[in-house]
This record gives sequence, C-alpha cells and structure tokens, in this order.
Amino acid sequence: MDWIQILSNTASSILSPATIGYALAALGLAVHFGYAGLLNMGIAGFMAIGAYGYAISVLSFDLPWWLAAIIGLAASAVFALILGVPTLRLRGDYLAIVTIAAAEVVRLLFLTTAFDDVTGSADGLSGYHGSFREANLLPEGTYGIGPWTYSANDWWVRILGLVTLAIAVFVVWTLMRSPWGRVLKGIREDEDAVRALGKNAFSYKLQALVLGGVLAAAGGIVYALPSAVSPGVYVTSLTFFVWTALLLGGAATVFGPLLGSLIFWVLQTFLSNFLPALVQAGVLPFMTQIQAGTLRFILVGVALMLLVIFMPQGILGNKKELTFVK
Amino acid sequence: MRSPSPVVVHPPGRMIRLLGVILAVTAAMLGVFALSASPAMAAEGDPYRISGNVQLDGEPLEGVELVIDGPGGKQTVETDENGQWRVSVPEKDEYTVTLDEDTLPEGIAVVDPEDDSPNEKEVTVGAGGRVSVNFFIGEGERNVTSIWDQFVQRTVQGLNFGLMLALAAIGLSLVFGTTGISNFAHGEMVTFGAVAASFLVSAGSMALPLWIGLPLAVVLSAGLGLVLDMGLWRPLRRKRVGVVQLMIVSIGLSLAMRYTYQFFIGGGTTQLPYASAPKLSFGPVQLSWIDIASILISIVVIVGFALWLTRSRLGKATRAISDNPSLASASGIDVDYVVRVVWIIAGGLAGLAGVLYAYYRPGIKWDMGAQILLLMFAAVTLGGLGTAFGALIGSLIVGVIVEVSGLWIPDDLKYAGALVILIVILLFRPQGILGRRERIG
Amino acid sequence: MSSEIPAPTEPTTDAATDAALDPHGMPAAPVERAKTTGLHVGEAKPGVAKVDPIIVADGVRRTFGGLTAVDVEHLEIPRGAITALIGPNGAGKTTLFNLLTGFDKPNEGSWTFDGKSLSGVPAYKVARLGQVRTFQLTKALGLLTVLENMKLGAKGQLGERFWTSLIPAVWRSQDSKIEARAMGLLAKFKLDTKAPDFAASLSGGQRKLLEMARALMSEPKLVMLDEPMAGVNPALTQSLLDHILDLKDEGMTVLFVEHDMHMVRHIADWVVVMAEGKVVAEGDPYTVMKDPAVIDAYLGAHQELDLGVVTGRVTAEEADPTTDAAASTTVDAADLANAGMAEAEAEFEPDTEEKKK
Repeated sequence: MDWIQILSNTASSILSPATIGYALAALGLAVHFGYAGLLNMGIAGFMAIGAYGYAISVLSFDLPWWLAAIIGLAASAVFALILGVPTLRLRGDYLAIVTIAAAEVVRLLFLTTAFDDVTGSADGLSGYHGSFREANLLPEGTYGIGPWTYSANDWWVRILGLVTLAIAVFVVWTLMRSPWGRVLKGIREDEDAVRALGKNAFSYKLQALVLGGVLAAAGGIVYALPSAVSPGVYVTSLTFFVWTALLLGGAATVFGPLLGSLIFWVLQTFLSNFLPALVQAGVLPFMTQIQAGTLRFILVGVALMLLVIFMPQGILGNKKELTFVK
Repeated sequence: MRSPSPVVVHPPGRMIRLLGVILAVTAAMLGVFALSASPAMAAEGDPYRISGNVQLDGEPLEGVELVIDGPGGKQTVETDENGQWRVSVPEKDEYTVTLDEDTLPEGIAVVDPEDDSPNEKEVTVGAGGRVSVNFFIGEGERNVTSIWDQFVQRTVQGLNFGLMLALAAIGLSLVFGTTGISNFAHGEMVTFGAVAASFLVSAGSMALPLWIGLPLAVVLSAGLGLVLDMGLWRPLRRKRVGVVQLMIVSIGLSLAMRYTYQFFIGGGTTQLPYASAPKLSFGPVQLSWIDIASILISIVVIVGFALWLTRSRLGKATRAISDNPSLASASGIDVDYVVRVVWIIAGGLAGLAGVLYAYYRPGIKWDMGAQILLLMFAAVTLGGLGTAFGALIGSLIVGVIVEVSGLWIPDDLKYAGALVILIVILLFRPQGILGRRERIG
Repeated sequence: MSSEIPAPTEPTTDAATDAALDPHGMPAAPVERAKTTGLHVGEAKPGVAKVDPIIVADGVRRTFGGLTAVDVEHLEIPRGAITALIGPNGAGKTTLFNLLTGFDKPNEGSWTFDGKSLSGVPAYKVARLGQVRTFQLTKALGLLTVLENMKLGAKGQLGERFWTSLIPAVWRSQDSKIEARAMGLLAKFKLDTKAPDFAASLSGGQRKLLEMARALMSEPKLVMLDEPMAGVNPALTQSLLDHILDLKDEGMTVLFVEHDMHMVRHIADWVVVMAEGKVVAEGDPYTVMKDPAVIDAYLGAHQELDLGVVTGRVTAEEADPTTDAAASTTVDAADLANAGMAEAEAEFEPDTEEKKK
C-alpha cells in the first residue's frame, strides 16, 4: 500500500477547489438554515445556477471571466427571489419539498437536450478557461511544497477561491454580529414574535435566501472553475452532502461550515484512496475496488444520521444553542 | 408539530443502543445483499453512443427529429447540417429509435416494405458501446399516430404509472400523517422491493418462480418497514426528536440505503423476467400483459387498503392518529402499535410499487426509487399531506400529467413538469385538493 | 382622563392620580389604583361610542370554513385606559386580536388605529404604528439572550438594514443607547441579572415579563396582551398587575384578553364581553358582570357545568382574603357566572393549548 500517495492526496484535498466550493455553499446554507431557520434542500440548484451562469456567459456570450462570475452570482440571486417571493410563507417542511423540487427542475432544464446548444445537455460544458487563465497573476510554472505543489493555473483557482471564501466569511461574520443578524436569529426562533415587534420578517428571510444563494453560487463557480460543468454533479446528493458538511461543523456558526467541508473532503479523499488500496492489498476480500469507492457514500449517509441524532449542534456549535428548535 | 409518543425518560444507555441499532441495520443490509452480488458495473455518466445519418438520395437532411427510448429515459435529438445525429446512453441495452416523420420534408417518409412501422427501430448497444442506426428514406406514405391516439395511449400509460405511484405514495402519506416524518428514504423502500424481487427471481440467484418470488419480495419489504420502525424510528420517537431532525435522519438513511444498493448491484440496470413482454393492441392503446397485471394488482391492493382503512378497527385508529395523535392516545389507542403497523404497510406497499416500477421503467437500478421520490411527494402534497385518499388521487393526476405532458414538452422534461405543478400547488393550495385549511394562531 | 361621571362602585383616590402624573416615579405600592372613568358616550351597550377611541372597528367578520369566529359590528377601544376583552372559550377573542394586529385577515370589515385605516396592513407595519401585542403562548426567543430579546424590540435601528449592518461604525452608538434603555427596562422588570442568559432558561412567568418588557422597547401607544396571566406563578401575579397599571400611568393604552375575573375587576377600566364571535356587552367591570347577557354568554356556553361546583367555588372564594370587599358582600348571579367560568377555564385550558399548536 502506497501510504505516501494516500496521505499526499489526502493532504492536498485541504486546498482543493472542491473543498473551497463546499465551504462556500455550506456557509450559504448556514445563513439559510443555521441563522434564518430556512430548510433549503435545494442548495445544489443554487450551485448549478452559479456554475452554469459562469460557463454560459463565457462560452455563449464571450464575456470576460470576472463579468461571467458576477452574472453567475446575479443569476443565483434572481433564482432566490423567484423561489423566495412565493415560498417563504410556507411552513418549514413544505419549504424543504419546494426547494428540492425547484433544484431538480433546474437540473433537468440544464440536462434536457432541448437547450443542448447552450447547456451541452448531458455532456455539460467545458473549455471556458481562456480569459480566466490569461488573468493569472502568477508566472507560468509549478509552486508549493510537498502535497501542495500545483501549477500556476491550479494556484490561481485556489487563490481566488480562498479570497472569495475569506470575503464571504467576513461578511457573514459581520452580519451575524449586527442587529440585522439579531433579527434573523429572532425569525429562526419565532417569526410571529419578530413580526409583532415591527420587523418585516418576510423581507429578512428573502434577504437571507438571496445572500445564502449567492454564496452557494460562488461555491458552485469555484467548484467548476478548474475543469468542467456537468449536470450529473448537481443532483440531490450534492445538496445532502453539503448539509452533512454543514451539520458536521455546526449549522449556526460561521466557521463550522468551513471546518465541516474540510473534514468532509479530507475524509472523502482519504477513504477514496485508502479503501481501494485496502482491496488491492487483499485486506477486504469481499469487495471490489468500485465497491470500496461506493462504501464511502454509505458512510456519509450513516454519518449524517448519527450527527443529527447525537450531535445536532455540530463540532463548533454551542450545545445549548441547538438549531433544531421546532 | 406533533410528537405522538408519550413522554419517556430515556436512560443514558439508550443513545448507545440506538447507535448500535443504526450500525446493525446498515450491517444487516450489507449482509443481505452480500448474498446477491451481481456484476454490471457501469461507470457514472452516460458512456455509450447511438448515432446515425439521415440522408435523402445522398443529400443530408437537417433538423429531422429522432426519439431514443430505453434505459435512462427518452431522449430527443435533431440531425445537424450534415444529417448526422448522436445521443449518449447510460446502458449497454436495448433502445428504440423513432424517427419523427413530421420533421421530414413534405412528401418524404421512411420506407421499408418489410416493416409495418419502418420509422421505428430496435437497436442493442453491444460490447463496443457504440451503435449506428440508419433509416431508408424516400417518397412514400408516412406512419403517423394521430395526436388523439397518442393522447389515449399516454393517458392509459399515465394511469398505470399513477396507480403504481399511488401504492408508494399512500405509505409515504400514512407515515407523514401518523408520525410527522417527511420520509426522504421512502424512495429507497421502493427500490428495496425491486432489488429484493431481482434477488429472489433472477436466474442468476434464487431463481424462484414469479408467483412465489414477487409476493415474497413484498413481504420482505414489509419486513424492512418493521425493522426500520423498531431499529430507528421508534427509538427516535422515544427520544422525542423533532420533525426537522427526523427529516434529515431520513435523508441520511436514504443516502446510506441508496449507496448500499449500488454497492451490491452496481450502477447498471438489471431486468426482471418478462420485462420485455410483447405489446398487445387494444384500439389505439398498446399494453403488454405485464402492464395489465400491474394495473389489476394496483387496483385490487388499493381497494383492499381502502377497505382496511375505513372498515377495520386498526384502520380507523390510524386515521384517528393522523387526525389528532394526543386525542387518539388519550382515547386508549396504542399509538406505538398503530405506527408500527403503518410502517409495515408502508414498507409492503412501497415494495410492491418497486416491483411494478421495475417492470414499468423497465429495469432495476440502485437509485430508481430516488428518481420518483419527488413525484411521490408531489402526489402526496397534491392530494393533501397526510390523507391516504388524497395520495391516491394526487398520484393518478401526477401519473397522467407526467405521461401526457410528453406530448407537448420534451420527454426529458416531463418530470420537471410534474415538479413545477407540485411547487404551484404548494403555493396556492398548500393543504392539497382534499386537505383542510389549518387554523392559524 | 376625564372624571365627570363618578365611578359606580369604586371611588377615585387622589394618590393614584398623582402616580399617573409622575410616570418616572417609583412603581405604586400594591394598593387599589384609580380607575379611569367617563370613557363612553351615552348608554353603555355593545358598540357604544367612546369619548376618545384609539381603535374603531366596523363590520369585522372572520369565518373558518362554516364557523364564524368573529362578527363584530362596531367596537371602539378607549384611549388611555385599560380595556379587558373577556368571554368564554371559542368566543373569538384571540381571533379578534389576530385581526386587529394584522396577523390574520378578515373576510370583510375595516378598522382604524389612531385614525389610520389598518385594513390589509401587515402585522409588522401595525406594530411600527405603535400597536404591539404579546401572545397567549409566550414567544420568548429561546436561543437569543434576554438582552438580545430586548434589543430586538427597539424600532428604527440602523443596524437592522442589510447594507448598513455591514458597517458597525454606523450603528454602534445607536446600539449602545438601545442597550442602556433595555437594561433600564430589565431592571424595572427585575430581569437585569438574567440579561446574558438564553431566554429559554427563564421560567414561564419571567418569559411573560420579558415579552411585555420587549414590547415596551418599541415605545408603543397601544399594548395588546393576550392572556398575560396564563401560566404565571401566583407569586409574580401582583408584580405583573402593577406593570400593567404602570403602562396606563405612562400614557399607554392597554387592551388585554383575560380569564381571571379578579384580575379584570382589579385593573380594567372598561370591559368588552364577547360570545360566539359577537360583542354581547360593554361597560365598566362592576356593571358588566351583572349584565344578564354576560351571564347567559358564560352559562349558555357551559351548560354542562355543575352548579354545585360553581357554588362550591364561590364559597371558597369568599374565604379568600384577596377578594375585594365589594364583590364578596353580595354573592350575585354575576359571581356565579364568573366563578363558573374560572372553573371551566381550568378544565378546558389544556385543550385550547393543544389546538394552538
């Protein structure tokens, strides 16, 4: 078994665009669920809109990468408004069903052959890297140490991803310590009480939905930046994985989503390297390598159940401040 | 939300036991399926290709539409300026390619004197993973099905699908009504029925005759409902876990079960015996005897269930709990017992739906139940959350809408249509068609 | 506060009038305070006009399915007084509350607050106009601290707007002022030591106090209390009553729903009685309790009540030293009705709670 390779891959995942993308999406979900109490089960839809918005803007409209990214975020904000205006008055579990259905509709619209010219249907979109890589401030070459050795282009993705994440964390952290965040948390606890105090609860929920949606779209863009946009990624499982990362770290915290995503991806990468290696070494004789790869998703499901039952506040959450109040 | 169980103080050991039970259930599922390890390991995505070239006397025809149907669903494709077309498909399996003659230039049709429907071809994606299909195009009479005939055919198909959906949705609705759980793992209970059937009747494994194997699969599914209630849901009820938490637990369960199926049956599609039974014509409607049996079984089971729910003591108790759990509990109804029966019934009905769905799709796949989970939610919400009869009516409507909408929107968007309807219903009449409006305040 | 017409049973004491003139003075001792009188114009009957109404409702009707929950032809709530809304269970009191505060929409009807029409105005705007309410089932925001609960009540906060909230320099000084005011109110309600605790850790009575204090943070003109005494520890009752009386002394109008008739008699200046969605009687607390329509409403609604229990209860209350003299000297039909209702409440309360969930 090649331990060096396994550990190196695992360590490398700490800085992977996937980890950063999940962290952004989970942070958006923290705004939705942890702070505003909105059961958004459609986070994959927001990520898809961000990623497709970016890719389509570059490929179909020939826009520069930064403008494309802004369009991706704006598209997600518009989606949040369209979804939020009619649905935010629904009861919690109804909202969950509406959002998951809306995310599926979004995915099916990207998948259908009817818009193949623009969306690439089942093949997805790729080859949108030109202007993004031209803007790279790093000279050509390979940098870094040990497992964190990447090409200039790979670093460019990671640096921008981390900068975006840092800004996002700062914004959410500031908001949640402000009176705005206080109103939002009040709404999570009891919407009617907050309305009775003269706050427009609906407007706050909508603002939270848009903010979280934009963060999730940023996550979708970072996730898709290094390679391609594929409709197979934005399935409901993606939503559930982001939820797992969020609940792992702590739903009503700012750094919990980051920690949760980090642990999620480090474990995923480790298991996806380690389990097949075990099979190869003949330690798990009743399993094929592909089965070993599937096993880690089973473990995600079991972990999600255990988390919700035994540690609903997450790693960084306050035991007293359980987020599941209803 | 309500929590039907009485207050129970749980000793510290309960959590550990619960944890043990979850692990045990997972392990047990792994164990059951270890017996039926089957091959078929397709990678994710759609790796195989069907392609072709549409020409008239050597000149390419652009913009001709073809419909490719088979495992992975229907796809529609148009020929490009070179008259070429191609689609990606997920399985090495049989596909039907239909050329839409309405999109050919006037006076031109697909001609083949030896075939009475020359615009339709069956192809098999073989070992190479690639296959090409060509049509003979020339002047001649077109083979068109009138829109009305298509409508009738699709309505009947939709009713068939709706009845099957109803079997699954009734269980989902009963569970929601009695326990408040929005059970996202219900799709996996549907898949369980199909996978169990495949294990019991497939030539490669137990090879039981259908008449024993399929009912046994339903019984096993009912057993799964019981095991899940005893091992997971009842301990959580005792622990007084909130409904939102329960919903997320069900999501975790759904993931765990779904990937457990993939672990054992792989990512490909397997078929039950007689899955490709020949179609019989009834006027414009074409049905195989499997379709007819499916419709009859669904109707008999649903009627039986309805009688149970309205006539039997237990059925009445179930409705009483859906109505008001604390009142029911105070009137001496053993809520825990009734809820367990509900889980058993929900499991059995879901398993039956799984078997029928395996024939309807056709094929058994690890995520087949998850694919229709949202349609079940749509059906249940449409009819009114928590009412079994609402679920039935909602399912029939969703089934027909899904099939008939394919006449006007691309087939790969037909589920999207049903989901849009779900969203619209929730917005304007959240209590569903048969549900009552809740009093606020 | 005009006093041209003398109170029918209770004399006005000068001490209480002094307290009213000095809103920042010490809270009054638990002695009987002055009732505000001369609120209405003409004979006290359902829908009677008020000298200075703060709320005027016309033809407000709300039905649930076939059931008419509220059907109020005309109702005026007097300004600067404490008005009690009473009636048997299911009389539509809470529904009327919900309608008046924008939490529910009537099938038809119109009403004004301070001369402004409130038809179709959403709840949060109603609150901003100065009409705040509390809830029957206390809505303390459990996972916010007591101080955060209080600060949430303040109006017009710069930091509550999305963009300005991102720049703490903009809202910080305002927030400190709000915090100082919140601590002052908490001290008055004896909750200042609890300020950093999660509201979830408070007792039921403390939550009622917190909810009332939080409502006061918005500096309302009209405070609407839905069963302020429900579930409150008897030890806290007197202090809660004093706080409500203080509201009036500070120039606010109070409208409250209550089942405890002793409390109603003790603090209400005006009583509105509802039954089956309609206003069946209005008047000062002493007259209204003798009104045959009120007795009908209560006994009619609870014909299953055992009169033996009712009379038994009365005897028990006669022995109770806290009962005021005027009511105890004459055991009349009103007291029967009153006591019978209290009994009925005790019986039906859990059921109501269940429905509200």
